[in-house]
Amino acid sequence: MELTGAEIFVRCLQEENVDTLFGYPGGSVLHIYDALYRQDKVEHILVRHEQAAVHAAEGYAKSTGRPGAVLVTSGPGATNAVTGIADAYMDSVPLVVFSGQVPTSLIGNDAFQEVDTVGITRPCVKHNFLVKDVKDLATTIKKAFYVATTGRPGPVVVDIPKDITADKCEFHYPRSIKMRSYNPTVKGHPGQIRRAVDLMLSAHQPVIYSGGGVILSNASKSLTELTRLLNYPITNTLMGLGAYPSSDRQFMGMLGMHGTYEANMAMHHADVLIAIGARFDDRVTGNIEKFCPNARIVHVDVDPASISKNVKVDVPIVGQVDSVLKAMIKEIKAGERRPDPEPLENWWKQIDEWRSMDCLKYDRDSELIKPQYVLETLHRLTKGDAFVTSDVGQHQMWAAQFYGFDKPNRWINSGGLGTMGFGLPAAIGTQLAHRDETVVCVTGEASIQMCIQELSTALQYHLPIKVVALNNRYMGMVRQWQEFFYQGRYAMSYMDALPDFVQLAEAYGHVGMRIESPGDVEGALKEALDMKDRLVFMDFITDQSENVYPMIPAGAGQNEMILL
Amino acid sequence: MRHIISILMENESGALSRVAGLFSARGYNIESLTVAPTEDPTLSRLTLVTRGSDQVIEQITKQLNKLVDVVKLLDLTEHRHIEREMMLIKLKVQDADQRAEVMRMAEIFRGHIIDVSAATYVVELTGDSEKLDAFVESMGHFEVIEVVRSGVMGIARGDVALKL
Repeated sequence: MELTGAEIFVRCLQEENVDTLFGYPGGSVLHIYDALYRQDKVEHILVRHEQAAVHAAEGYAKSTGRPGAVLVTSGPGATNAVTGIADAYMDSVPLVVFSGQVPTSLIGNDAFQEVDTVGITRPCVKHNFLVKDVKDLATTIKKAFYVATTGRPGPVVVDIPKDITADKCEFHYPRSIKMRSYNPTVKGHPGQIRRAVDLMLSAHQPVIYSGGGVILSNASKSLTELTRLLNYPITNTLMGLGAYPSSDRQFMGMLGMHGTYEANMAMHHADVLIAIGARFDDRVTGNIEKFCPNARIVHVDVDPASISKNVKVDVPIVGQVDSVLKAMIKEIKAGERRPDPEPLENWWKQIDEWRSMDCLKYDRDSELIKPQYVLETLHRLTKGDAFVTSDVGQHQMWAAQFYGFDKPNRWINSGGLGTMGFGLPAAIGTQLAHRDETVVCVTGEASIQMCIQELSTALQYHLPIKVVALNNRYMGMVRQWQEFFYQGRYAMSYMDALPDFVQLAEAYGHVGMRIESPGDVEGALKEALDMKDRLVFMDFITDQSENVYPMIPAGAGQNEMILL
Repeated sequence: MRHIISILMENESGALSRVAGLFSARGYNIESLTVAPTEDPTLSRLTLVTRGSDQVIEQITKQLNKLVDVVKLLDLTEHRHIEREMMLIKLKVQDADQRAEVMRMAEIFRGHIIDVSAATYVVELTGDSEKLDAFVESMGHFEVIEVVRSGVMGIARGDVALKL
């Protein structure tokens, strides 16, 4: 039987086990929406802005490890989605974004709601396709999911002209796909793995530095096993938090610009650095000239282009992180050799000394609400087990520092692109994928306003998200930089004329709370967390002058931290 | 250092802009670029000349390999190779002396005169880029009306080959 392109589209999603599709209808995708209406396997989530559709799909993908799916219309639908697509590209989130396009006969004619979607998205996708014949539709969708989810994951855009969704052909979904031009490496080179293990075992001052690649490769177990087997200190990047249990003794906290003193000092003094699924981002390395001056470096990554991009490494291993880690563990266990205990013991003493600086300390007796205290309390009340999404800025760094993640896929933030507005839609996608879990969106009064319309989506789908807004009436991170580096000239970083968030939340049909004193923080959080079926917007009025410490100023070395 | 990178890629619309876009997005330079289908109509062969440190060239080849449309790639400068570029140059020739000199120079450079009008000659010349530069220079006292260069293409010597 012949099916229309729109029906084929829906069948393909079902074949890929897509249960949730985030989107927004429009002229060029109406055939598809009609086909979606006539089935009940794929649930369509109607957002209020296409950027949010993509962020929600990212939340879904980051919290489940499964690809997110998005459907937007042509023109503004596609351009609104671009920020989300770029965000997913930077953080290697597996997504397939379908965009409608004007009919093939009108492409290039400046038709209504026409934009060159393939051209606009080209620099920020892993790959993209324009479907020119309904007979290619099923294979293209198969390829899109295959490319998005394998190797280093990323967003793939499939642009579908309207006439293709009306044309008919026989439906056949390919079981598997082979692309001669795309064959990501899975297994690491055994010789390189042996060399890496040799170097790792010879270390006197080792550091394991792991990133988001561990979570993407579902390798937390292997990472934890290897780290414990070696008894080496470990630090996680912002994207890698939760890959190793933060409550464990061997964990030194996050590294980088707002990383802990002990993590950054250990990096600076390391003789062997074991980088796993991390990409030596500038927020991690600081000044590259001063980065890990004494370390020989092992780097495991599925993306060869990430290796020796910013920092020249000594033992590169291209492969799936989990597969490589398992091979390393096997190699170590098969041999007699173990790390030299004496230097390692001295190294741990040194690390404990750095730890005793207590670099995350803050004023616990303040009469104003300290944001750190809100997050510590949140951690305690949720037993560190909530899914936490965040926006971008100071609150994001405090969440990373103070909400200790013991499990992977629970920390959902915008790391690479740093997209304000990410948090709330990401929480929507996360809550949809985990209906019975606690999902908290940690945000600020500036970030939340970038996608605040999604409070409406949350109401429509009964999503009991807990919004923790740390409201300091400033774009806090901008203000902090202006305080440190611009002699306190607070150019445009003050948020004048803020809305009343309590009334706003209520206007959207949710519960709003304003918390103004430290004594009320715990009670408010408890009350909110107990409201299992309501979205609660908690507006915490926090200390305006609080800064994120420690801080490595841009361009400084890892050992040149500003401490409180 | 100057590198000549040859790429086999899917002969699909958009493939070329992925390569060109990569260079502009990442701040790499392209000195020349030439592309045409191969004997297999599903594949195009693209040759580009770029300059950069070893580290930059390593990144360029890795990033190119990462493009889904790129099937295979060879840095010709890592192998013994032959490079060729073609040039068409139109010169003003006003009298018999000038005609004779252009003919003589074309012969020395193993070029051909492929078009003649009352006041112009078109010379076709093939060789490596330096040879073409040298010819243009030696025509310095003539009025050059236009110069068309194909950009560099190349092939490895001996057993090394860029094929599927």
